[in-house]
Amino acid sequence: MAPVQAQVLPISPDSGIVPVEARNGIDLEINGEHYRHTGDPQMPLLWYLRDVLQLTGTKYGDAHGENGADLVLLDGKAVSAITLPVAKLAGRQVTTVEGLAADDGTLHPLQQAFIDEDAIGCGYCTPGWLIAAAGLLRRKKQPGDDDIDQLPNLCRCGCQTRVRRAIKRVAAGKAVQP
Amino acid sequence: MSGHRVNDTIRLERRRFLQVLAAGAGVLMIGIRVADAADPPLPPALLGDTFHDLGAYVRIDSDSNVLIGARDPDTGTGVATALPRIIADELDADWNQVSVIQLGLGVADDKGQPHWIYGRQIGGTGSSIPAAWSDLRQAGALARWLLLQAAARRLGMPADQLRCDAGTVIALDGRRLSYGSLVDDASTIALPRRLPPLKTADRYQLIGRPAGDVDAHGIVTGQTHFAIDEQDGDALVAVLAHCPWPDGTLERIDTADTLAVQGVVKVMQLTPEPGQPWGSTVIAPAVAVLAEDTWSALQGRQKLKIEWKPGASGSESSAALEQRAVALLADSAAAPTTRVRNDGDVEAAGKKAARRLQASYFQPWLAHATAEPMNCLVRLDKDRARAVVPTQAPQKAWAVVQRLTGLAPAQIEIRVPRVGGGYGRRLDHDFVAEAVMLAKAVGRPVRLLWTREEDLGHDYYRSGSVHQFSAIIDRKRRVIGWNQRMASASALAHRGVPDNRLWTSELRSDQLPAGLLPNFRSDWYALDSAIPRGPARGMPHLSNAFATESFIDEIAHLLKENPLDTRLRLLGEPRQLPLGSGGTLDVGRLLNVLKLVADRIEWKNWLRSVSGLGIACWHVDGAYVAHAVEAAMQGEQLIIQRVVCAVDVGRVVNPLGLEGQVAGATLDALSTALNLAITFKGGQIQQRGYKDYPLAGMAQLPDAVEVITVPGDRPPTGASFLAMPTAAPALANAVFRASAVRVRRLPLMRELLRLL
Repeated sequence: MAPVQAQVLPISPDSGIVPVEARNGIDLEINGEHYRHTGDPQMPLLWYLRDVLQLTGTKYGDAHGENGADLVLLDGKAVSAITLPVAKLAGRQVTTVEGLAADDGTLHPLQQAFIDEDAIGCGYCTPGWLIAAAGLLRRKKQPGDDDIDQLPNLCRCGCQTRVRRAIKRVAAGKAVQP
Repeated sequence: MSGHRVNDTIRLERRRFLQVLAAGAGVLMIGIRVADAADPPLPPALLGDTFHDLGAYVRIDSDSNVLIGARDPDTGTGVATALPRIIADELDADWNQVSVIQLGLGVADDKGQPHWIYGRQIGGTGSSIPAAWSDLRQAGALARWLLLQAAARRLGMPADQLRCDAGTVIALDGRRLSYGSLVDDASTIALPRRLPPLKTADRYQLIGRPAGDVDAHGIVTGQTHFAIDEQDGDALVAVLAHCPWPDGTLERIDTADTLAVQGVVKVMQLTPEPGQPWGSTVIAPAVAVLAEDTWSALQGRQKLKIEWKPGASGSESSAALEQRAVALLADSAAAPTTRVRNDGDVEAAGKKAARRLQASYFQPWLAHATAEPMNCLVRLDKDRARAVVPTQAPQKAWAVVQRLTGLAPAQIEIRVPRVGGGYGRRLDHDFVAEAVMLAKAVGRPVRLLWTREEDLGHDYYRSGSVHQFSAIIDRKRRVIGWNQRMASASALAHRGVPDNRLWTSELRSDQLPAGLLPNFRSDWYALDSAIPRGPARGMPHLSNAFATESFIDEIAHLLKENPLDTRLRLLGEPRQLPLGSGGTLDVGRLLNVLKLVADRIEWKNWLRSVSGLGIACWHVDGAYVAHAVEAAMQGEQLIIQRVVCAVDVGRVVNPLGLEGQVAGATLDALSTALNLAITFKGGQIQQRGYKDYPLAGMAQLPDAVEVITVPGDRPPTGASFLAMPTAAPALANAVFRASAVRVRRLPLMRELLRLL
């Protein structure tokens, strides 16, 4: 088999084993886990997530991230993962849709609200909506309709009105239920 | 061990049987098997492996957990939720104990021919629920009957003194037995000679009550896999560069820079197989870059130096095609390709005309723009093929794999995960052919991925159309004649469909106002083009409803009438009108949805409202839909203030799912009508990304869609595209009231700004 481009070295914080520093890797923090990427530093985060880590919740939409399917939180801000080379991620925190829920599986209020409002069409673009909404709620706890209008996501199934309801449900504090 | 008799069947109708299958290991399984009576009984089933032997089945375990298979692909239509609920209700199962699994393709070998053991498996065509209503309920009913008999035997009392509720059999004296405790006994009960009776509607527990999507948790946590998320060990990633012309050829290629990219393994050429219909083979000549990972493949593709040579289609343009349509329709001597309907005598009626109205409507070509682009994972072994396919029609995917591999029917496995949007695009399987060809040639599994650019630039598009209508109105202001001519490029061309049937993808013989007027003529004129076409969401209703319901508004305007009154007058008294398709048009139900949306949007304000109110209604295969829209202009900005939609689909299986489909289809139709058009020039598609094909974002769409569902007890119809046709004409009619501009050409925004 031909060589793989990138290699993953998970490092447990309390591990006594110190990785050899021979490779010029990039330290990454994704969903609280630490990885080191030693492949092409220009590889977009999207392909690192999907092909290397096999975290496939973040979706491919297009080359420019125009439909929002590839959004991730970078230090709490929603950004397109396909336009973000891994090289720019050293020392920064990435959260994908897989990292939204708590470690014990408790859903993020937005995830619960999307379920409660059935804010799902085919479901392909849903992770992107969740990340965009999470980024918005971090900026603004009580977003208005105009704020929600600014979300970059596109969806042909037409889940927009239900997504709007889900975000408002969280903003109103109604989603904090098991 | 109990349950030694493991196999029994009960005849449903021709070639379909209910079958009980139990392993005697604490499980009761029932499925619908499409089989010949002479088929040998299945071997004793073993848990796990029975998924592939049994049809849309129900399995009850000794811990009372129920597993139900979903047979039709779910492209976002909610069938993976609705179909299992139909079974679960008939079974009186506790929905909290039900798990749903998506079934792959059910295919067995019948002397070298495929034998579809689950029967029909097709999604997104509006037929899943009607079909399930006629067979899936029976599987649930049989399971419940067997459990009741087992409980009767256990308790020593007649079955008619027992009832079932939420996974429990309850006796009149209050004793309770869980389903799980009965499965061993139930699997030894002889099947009844006749099907057990189905529940009466008053006993439905799940049907008619709201249920969220069964995959919701997996989707919001990013765990649900779409085909694009599947990996297979040493699979190579393939990305493509298709020729801009379907009939073009590769003139020159330099792959040196591509092959120099680390991770790139191979560059290969793909060519459409001559003689194969559209949708079955490669859509256009292509060059494939195969690499160890997606990033390498994409970089390699970018470094390809290719020169394509156009074929005959290189001179085509969408503008010229439209001019051709206009010329055809303007030439009164031009014979139609098909006279679709001719009631009464429109010529004779014309002689009695006090007034005439004529108008033409122009609608653009459209792409599918599924959220999940075309992709396919294929592994070929010597005597086995395994494909993970985002498809609406797994049997058609199977046929492509079979043709290209020559394998026996059951050697081909088609897995169908949840699908990221279909809209008709995934009734075609060109991308499956590509993946199989590449896997065959390279000797490794292939994970094919189309970029968005490829996806928009190489589609089986929906043809644009021109409609030309004329209405004949008598002195009493009655519409006494209607003559309509439509020109379009059939979605059925190049697919082995005879010429005299090509019109069937373009219009219906009984679409409104057919049947309502004494003199009615409908002619269709064929355009041809090398640009591929295929099935599309809402086809053929979408374009026809826009033209017809806009024109009715124009008639109202000519007569200085309230357009709701014009429609009520046109529809007349509630009555049943026979439809050409064998069904009937229930005018009363159509009037009802129309009045419901009118009441909700307060149509009485139509005349003096500052904003504009618009309305439209339509019927689709026994279902009825109406939209009312309130819109206003703020300078050059169009604000859609309110959207109301009423639907009558008969019995509602899942009200929450239906509301989602109706709201979703409404938004999709608005987005399409407002913004979207595919154009071609020099034979090349001009749109390559969302910038050129701008689906409407949150800001452009209404904040809410008010959905009214009419309760009903008739067998349910499909609803996945029901709410598409009337949204755009209701919007255009509202825009006319708000701006005095009649938009006869889509996309609406571009035309409105041109005319303002």
